[in-house]
Amino acid sequence: MFCPPWEAPGDRRQRFNASTLQQLLRASTSNTDCVQKRTPIAGMTTLHPDSHSDIQDESVDPSAAPSRSSTPHTPSRDRSLSIDSVRPPLPPRPNSLNLLNDETAFRASLQAEATTAVSRADIDTQAPDAGNAHSTLAVRGVPRGLKAKASLNQLASPKGSEAGDSASIRSSIQNGDIGDVEALFRDFVTAAPGDHSDAASLLHFPEFPADDVDDTGFLSEFEPVGELNEEAGNEDLLLQRWKAKQKHYLILSAAGKPIWTRHGDGGLISTYVGVIQTIISFYEDAGDQLRSFSAEDSKFVIVTRGPLHFVAISRMMESDNQLRLQLEALYMQILSTLTLPSLTHLFSLRPSTDLKRPLQGSETLLSSLADSFTRGSPSTLLSALECLKIRKVHRQSINNALLKTKATNLLYGLVVAGGRLVSVVRPKKHSLHPGDLQLLFNMIFEADGVKAGGGESWIPVCLPGFNSSGYLYMYVSFLDLRDDVDENEDISKDESVAIVLISPDKESFFEMQEMRDSLVGQMEKNGSLKVIKAAIDQGRPATTDIVPGSVLHHFLYKSRANVQFTMSSYSPEFTSISRRRRLMSIYNNLHGSIHAKNTSVKVHHCVSRSASSFAWMTAVFELYCIAEPNANRNALVQSAAKIAQWVHQEEERLFIIGGAVCAVLTCLAPTQTLTSKRRFSD
Amino acid sequence: MSESAGANAPKPSSSVKLVLLGEAAVGKSSLVLRFVNNDFQENKEPTIGAAFLTQKCTLPTRTIKFEIWDTAGQERFASLAPMYYRNAQAALVVYDVTKPSSLTKAKHWVAELQRQASPGIVIALVGNKLDLTNDGGDASAAPEPENESAGADGDEAAEEGEGHDASSGNARKVSTREANTYAEEESLLFFETSAKTGTNVVDVFTAIANAIPESSLKTGRGAAGSGQTALGARSGDDSRVNLGERNAATAKEGCAC
Repeated sequence: MFCPPWEAPGDRRQRFNASTLQQLLRASTSNTDCVQKRTPIAGMTTLHPDSHSDIQDESVDPSAAPSRSSTPHTPSRDRSLSIDSVRPPLPPRPNSLNLLNDETAFRASLQAEATTAVSRADIDTQAPDAGNAHSTLAVRGVPRGLKAKASLNQLASPKGSEAGDSASIRSSIQNGDIGDVEALFRDFVTAAPGDHSDAASLLHFPEFPADDVDDTGFLSEFEPVGELNEEAGNEDLLLQRWKAKQKHYLILSAAGKPIWTRHGDGGLISTYVGVIQTIISFYEDAGDQLRSFSAEDSKFVIVTRGPLHFVAISRMMESDNQLRLQLEALYMQILSTLTLPSLTHLFSLRPSTDLKRPLQGSETLLSSLADSFTRGSPSTLLSALECLKIRKVHRQSINNALLKTKATNLLYGLVVAGGRLVSVVRPKKHSLHPGDLQLLFNMIFEADGVKAGGGESWIPVCLPGFNSSGYLYMYVSFLDLRDDVDENEDISKDESVAIVLISPDKESFFEMQEMRDSLVGQMEKNGSLKVIKAAIDQGRPATTDIVPGSVLHHFLYKSRANVQFTMSSYSPEFTSISRRRRLMSIYNNLHGSIHAKNTSVKVHHCVSRSASSFAWMTAVFELYCIAEPNANRNALVQSAAKIAQWVHQEEERLFIIGGAVCAVLTCLAPTQTLTSKRRFSD
Repeated sequence: MSESAGANAPKPSSSVKLVLLGEAAVGKSSLVLRFVNNDFQENKEPTIGAAFLTQKCTLPTRTIKFEIWDTAGQERFASLAPMYYRNAQAALVVYDVTKPSSLTKAKHWVAELQRQASPGIVIALVGNKLDLTNDGGDASAAPEPENESAGADGDEAAEEGEGHDASSGNARKVSTREANTYAEEESLLFFETSAKTGTNVVDVFTAIANAIPESSLKTGRGAAGSGQTALGARSGDDSRVNLGERNAATAKEGCAC
């Protein structure tokens, strides 16, 4: 699960690339640099002396350079290559230090050692503050024809580069003003020596500080960076804002075309896209695949799916695996918009296809999905769904209403309250994939496109977990359950109730509409609507409601068999968005450590200065809880046990077990079966 | 569903299936929301698929219940359009007065409708975002449907084409005369509207309601729901309508510049 750079296969070159990227970033930004504002590069400090020689071999190998430049390139690729071309080789370095074996040492102290700077030397030959003219040339995209030439240039002055080294370090520290946003994660940064892999050890577990951060800092994460004005005069400002973001998602085609980016637009960040594409293709050329690397506190994770590269850049202390899941979800969103055959077809016709156009209009879906990851989503973390807690009989009567009103062409019918599933009707042998539901819920509840339409919607959608090769048609209608119509406010996300009816027949809108009408009529008659409303109003229970006097502040419980989870209320402690994000960060860490590769941890207890956390895995469930830092461990464990007991008692209220099952649909081709291991219920 | 203007007069009531077509981001959904809810949202997110709304329109002699299909403008949804305009009695083809390419796209839609939709379909050409032009705030400057006076109000000259603008905050790039001439040639209703200010929005729908021949009106909602035949499964590649061909066929631009 965790793949720290030094453990991954081919790790040497990964590290090398981390520094390459870093220096290229540095080279390409003359002003204040948020991306690398702290200290130089984690990766390079761990560079093994032994690896030095072959790295150098690679970068200055005269046969390598021509072979690469001789391959045909698209324009954008050329651009990235021009950046690549200034990638300097590694200067000679003393090999007396063996820092690799010293991974646990603090980075700061490592960085003080100028002699470790195999790649740091490179940086400062590129760094503007080293006064190297050619670095700035490289930035502004003056293409340098020959890689080898540039490399030799630098080789010639290894000494000089070392001299400027400390200057570059100092300057980067000076620039390192820690804004509000970073304060959000400062505790993690200072307390954790960078890697989560040893989060299992209590000593290194990140701190959870007292709350001193307001929301505004974190909220700015979601603000747009703005658009380039006509003369591109505000580019520097925009890039500065862009770099201040804690988290980036980029999607680019294998040919290097930017397809989508969460912040900014393709034009603004084309330089960076070029850098990323270069790094990725560097490994592809070698028949390797780059999965992730770290630079300082930034983690870069790359997922390649067919003709597309998905890149996540996070300073939020997330694990590789967590970021990978998020990128997978973005890929699923693209499939959901285009279907797999259509995506493949587009690129097989023309590898340089600009996917922006076919995806037009779905950018908001990608963005809202990305933002839900940035805010922290228990659903994504656990790859599970949340259901609305109602009594078993009540759920039964909604199920019955669904079955009774079921239209012939219906595949799936869902009643959803603010992203929480109330009831589902499905054909026998077909379950719902949590990933698919996540996409649907994102579309319906998070992105405003459907809701703002103001009426009923009829949406072609591909559910990749169900069948990635074709479209289904989704009818969506929102119910207004408020009694008091006097308040004019919009219904909040958590309160809106939607009827979602999915059919394989694109002509069946009116059939679905009819079903919706009779379903709502039924639910009205048997009081189900009132039940749903009451359950929404009641909200999630607080930990103290479940276990009176409990030390727990919050918990997540995942039922593994049902692929569903339940949790306690965010209020009162975690109502603000930044507090909630920090809560999720703790869960991320906890989840990461208990799922770490090669561990078979069943119980995991962490104490830090500001929180103690507890994870518990069994064959049936995963339970994660958070309590006061000085909470008594026995009390913590007792509470956790009581929560588990409570969930077990309430199981049929908290989770949908099976759902309403109808006969097999004849309209489905036999190929449309679910292939994934994870099933919502079966 | 919201039927705010539900006048329960005992007039004969009939339903009319109406479809909105046009390039992405010209303001189709905003027009509908203005008509149905008398509401406007800045920076509305793009429609996904299609939205179905209903609204009543009361005429002196009868009540028309519009069943409105607000379609998404993105190309990948274009292959679904026939499903929405089939059996439609009325269509609103919308363009953006600040974006000439959107008028070109609108012309393609008109051609497709004339070729493939029901023969008697009433088509209205609507130039939206009038508020971005100089004559935008003036709600009284309403060009009447199908008449030539439209060119007179507020429109400086037909020569005012692309490029010549923006000096006085006037973002208009499609002149009223150009669009009106085209609308007359094709016998379309023509309006310039602003969903933001509400200018002319209700007028469009009222004009359509008036233009629909009484004989073609049925009661109940049969028009839209019945008689739909399958169009065949939507495959990946047909998700983009072949614009190139239609482009060539109907590129008789009356462009003024």
